[in-house]
Amino acid sequence: MLTFIVMRTLQMVPPLFGLTIILFVLLRIGGDPVAHLVHPDATPAEIQQVREAYGFDRPWVEQYFRQLTLIVTGDFGDSYRYRAPAMPLVLERLPATLELALASIAIALVIAIPAGILSAVYQNSWLDVLVTVTSTLGRAMPNFWIGIMLILVVAVQLRWLPVAGRDGLAHLILPAITLGTSLATTIARLLRSSLLEIMRREFMTTARAKGLRYWTVVLRHGLRNALVASVTVLGLQVAWLLGGSVIVEEVFAWPGIGRLMVRSVLLRDLTLVQAGVLVFALIVMVANLLVDVTYAFINPRIRFS
Amino acid sequence: MNAGKVLRSLLRSPVGLIGALLVVGAFVSALGAGWFSAIDPTQFHLRNRLAPPVWAGGTWEFPLGTDQLGRDIASRLMHGARVSLMVGVFGVAVSTLIGVTIGLLAGYYRGWVDAVLSRLIDTFMAIPFIVLALAVIAVIGPQGGDNITLLVIVLGVSGWIDFARVVRGETLGVVELEYVEAVRALGQNRFWILVRHVLPNVSASIIVLVTLNVASVIIAESSLSFLGLGVQPPTVTWGLMLADGRDHLATSWWLATFPGIAITLTTLGMILLGDWLRDVLDPRMMT
Repeated sequence: MLTFIVMRTLQMVPPLFGLTIILFVLLRIGGDPVAHLVHPDATPAEIQQVREAYGFDRPWVEQYFRQLTLIVTGDFGDSYRYRAPAMPLVLERLPATLELALASIAIALVIAIPAGILSAVYQNSWLDVLVTVTSTLGRAMPNFWIGIMLILVVAVQLRWLPVAGRDGLAHLILPAITLGTSLATTIARLLRSSLLEIMRREFMTTARAKGLRYWTVVLRHGLRNALVASVTVLGLQVAWLLGGSVIVEEVFAWPGIGRLMVRSVLLRDLTLVQAGVLVFALIVMVANLLVDVTYAFINPRIRFS
Repeated sequence: MNAGKVLRSLLRSPVGLIGALLVVGAFVSALGAGWFSAIDPTQFHLRNRLAPPVWAGGTWEFPLGTDQLGRDIASRLMHGARVSLMVGVFGVAVSTLIGVTIGLLAGYYRGWVDAVLSRLIDTFMAIPFIVLALAVIAVIGPQGGDNITLLVIVLGVSGWIDFARVVRGETLGVVELEYVEAVRALGQNRFWILVRHVLPNVSASIIVLVTLNVASVIIAESSLSFLGLGVQPPTVTWGLMLADGRDHLATSWWLATFPGIAITLTTLGMILLGDWLRDVLDPRMMT
């Protein structure tokens, strides 16, 4: 198991390396980086001075490795707007983003697991049709619109919950439902199809023939196997969830990394954008690592292959 | 499978049929926007600001009501369809071109080409689609005008990963087939083999992916426009309409409700059509 974890962690190195190249290239095709660092009416001499100070007059390869060493040591450079190191500014907002993401996953699982099981067990019943129709609609609806509609009904008209901001549990509920329900539709759909496939297997019939009760068979034998299949997909959904959180954070004025990034894009604060992209990608990579380790833990065939 | 057979199977499938009707509906309102509605979508009717829809106390002059500047919502919805479909279709065309090329090359040449391209795909997979699009927008910056070309490029270069992944996987299988080996033995040149013999075998998956990706790109376009980073006023788009609507939620629910319904119906059509195509063209495929 330890070998698997070490090997799997090492596999993160090439994409991380690729990421630094992508970020570097992205930044350089955006035109002269010095233009963002000087005030608009700087003289050519001043511009040249800044260029040399930041090393932008050096060859590209040298600039890349210089930047790579800086990234490895955690130094991303200063945000143009805050005049402060970019990375700490992003990390400051990490708890808010993670809080929203974890709450959304929790809500998604609470909705999707029962919905997936029931629609598979009662295949083609009205319940199944309801789950299928709802989850197809959920796929089609932009989640920020679901958020706006929740604000309209729950916060503005019913006045049950606050409209926006981050101040305690009440503020978390609406954004988490917005993201969670979108995620739930995907998980429910997957769980349904993998459970249906498993219920056709012979060991399920055997378990029934042994005299086990129907629900015991479904939950203990069926669900356990179906969840194994769903775990891998959950990893892929992390990138999707974070992407969704960018807009949902903006809708609910949730002070996370997504909102910071949107602001930084509007102001073309490229250092902050770069730091944000890196942190998002790291979260996705680590989440996928955790998913793979969990998967190997519950599925010995992977661990030993 | 020929076109006639596909059409017959469409008429038999409620899912496919609903999807096709919704997609056709979106295209018809986009193309006929000026013809259906006599009202200019950008014209202010200041005396009729925030007029409600006809069933909520409004008049037939503005059947779905008006916005904060008195602009006709029904007319704006139809004109908004133009932008969404244009960005969706052209954006996905760019993604398809990039993704299919990378996928074919990785799957056909294998070896170090595949190793490099696969690492590239892995890397891009870690960056959420919308985050990548935001980064590209930050780098390219506002270009002036309505930004539609910018969005096509941004969403096109951010969305190719799905295509590359699926096409690579399928190409790996196809080049193993005997007939590909046979044409290779005949001395055909590689480019020709890829285009003439490999590409048609992976085209079913590409068609399905195109349909489903148009839906994601439409949602992405409306998200970016909603954030103020996409299409710029006075061009009419659903995302901008939603942004206006959010500011008037307390008084006028219809501003934010109708554009969302328009987006949902359009993407729903694409998704249903895509799911149906997947069943018809290749039941084994999973995306």
